[in-house]
Amino acid sequence: MIAIINYEAGNLTSVQRALTHLGAASVITQDLGEIAQAERVIFPGVGAAGAAMGSLRRLGLDEALKDAVASGRPVLGICLGTQVIFESSQEDLASCLGILPGQTVRFPLEHRDTGGAALKVPHMGWNKVRWLKKHPVFAGLPQEAEFYFVHSFHPAPARQADVLGVTEYGYEFASAVARGNLVAVQFHPEKSGRPGLSILRNFIAWDGKEGADA
Amino acid sequence: MLSKRIIPCLDVRDGKLTKGIKFKGNIDIGDPVEMAAFYYEQGADELVFYDITASSDARGIMIEVVRRVAATIFMPFSVGGGLRTVGDMYAVLAAGAEKVSVNSSAVQDPQIISEGAKQFGSQCVVLGMDVLKVGVTPATPSGYEMVIHGGRKRMGLDALAWAREAQERGAGEICLNSIDADGTQTGYELTLTRMISQAVSIPVIASGGAGVPQHLVDVLTVGQADAALIASMTHYGHYTVAQIKQYLSGQGLPVRLYW
Repeated sequence: MIAIINYEAGNLTSVQRALTHLGAASVITQDLGEIAQAERVIFPGVGAAGAAMGSLRRLGLDEALKDAVASGRPVLGICLGTQVIFESSQEDLASCLGILPGQTVRFPLEHRDTGGAALKVPHMGWNKVRWLKKHPVFAGLPQEAEFYFVHSFHPAPARQADVLGVTEYGYEFASAVARGNLVAVQFHPEKSGRPGLSILRNFIAWDGKEGADA
Repeated sequence: MLSKRIIPCLDVRDGKLTKGIKFKGNIDIGDPVEMAAFYYEQGADELVFYDITASSDARGIMIEVVRRVAATIFMPFSVGGGLRTVGDMYAVLAAGAEKVSVNSSAVQDPQIISEGAKQFGSQCVVLGMDVLKVGVTPATPSGYEMVIHGGRKRMGLDALAWAREAQERGAGEICLNSIDADGTQTGYELTLTRMISQAVSIPVIASGGAGVPQHLVDVLTVGQADAALIASMTHYGHYTVAQIKQYLSGQGLPVRLYW
């Protein structure tokens, strides 16, 4: 059973629909016992970091997530879920979970591409990921694969070793991070067509180890 | 680099497509779910469903369509038409749409933008704008006026001012339809699109007037749109989304070519 953490941050049913499509049983839950017993955990979310951290603490889910990561079970963060894994976020100046060192930062207010043209924020739509390392969860993806993003803030990991893939939007930011049994992405695999489903399929089968070539 | 999005628009009435897609073999597909799957396979980047069901009793039919589409395709799609309250928005989002689009209802009651954005986040709320070129007047300094009810009712509201206000209120995206260009297949309204795109910091989807792939190139470069809505071009089988994307890519535009 896969536990999809429900901390009242956005619509979580799209993640569940994708898992159902892939034949994986899942439950959208905030029950601490259910999360502790789940074989693997998905930590999604859309919304603001401050409110999200408030809900996580109120529901005791902050500790449940840290426990899940410490237990060695596979954990997947998505979008806001990925952002609050870090120590803090510029959004609402929120103090976050601190599972990975680093911050979540905003795209600049006057964001421009290298040619000087204005870039819209949020970064919304399909973009590529340049994979820096191999990882079992991201196996089999061609370099041309694109993923669906919608966000104004992005992770800025303190440890380069945690960065698995980067995406170019004015500059390169960390769009996929991983350490041990934890993988986390800024984009939405559940809305990224076939390449996204392939990531979820890999995650469902993953043993939580980084793999020999990682 | 962020890809420019190509977005087919599907009109639905009472759970059926109003314009079935006519292929060269003349097969007519009226089922929105099948069409969604068809465009998903063709490489569409997103879909827009516009519900023109007249009776509010039939709302439930659309919700069921949304639910079936969401279980079939795994990419973003938005639903618009007849959404008047945050409750209406919630029903569509909970059924699996990524975004909701408000148009006439927002002009009449701008609160719905702010309330929707507060409740679900700006990224969920698309402002649909139907715009008529009227020339510069005291009420319309930009030369463009907002119209509602599919262009039948002029509102005396300046389109540029409205776009800015909607952004202030928390709209996450604008779908900009030119009533003048709509249905002509002679190209998007480039002046309007460029003006609105430069005035707001949220993405702009251009709509109305697409007939050939070069029209998309024009609106995505000269018009500075972030995405282009298409309908007749692909609905009648003149082009596939893949063919359009190949053309755009050949013109140097970033588009998603692997799916």
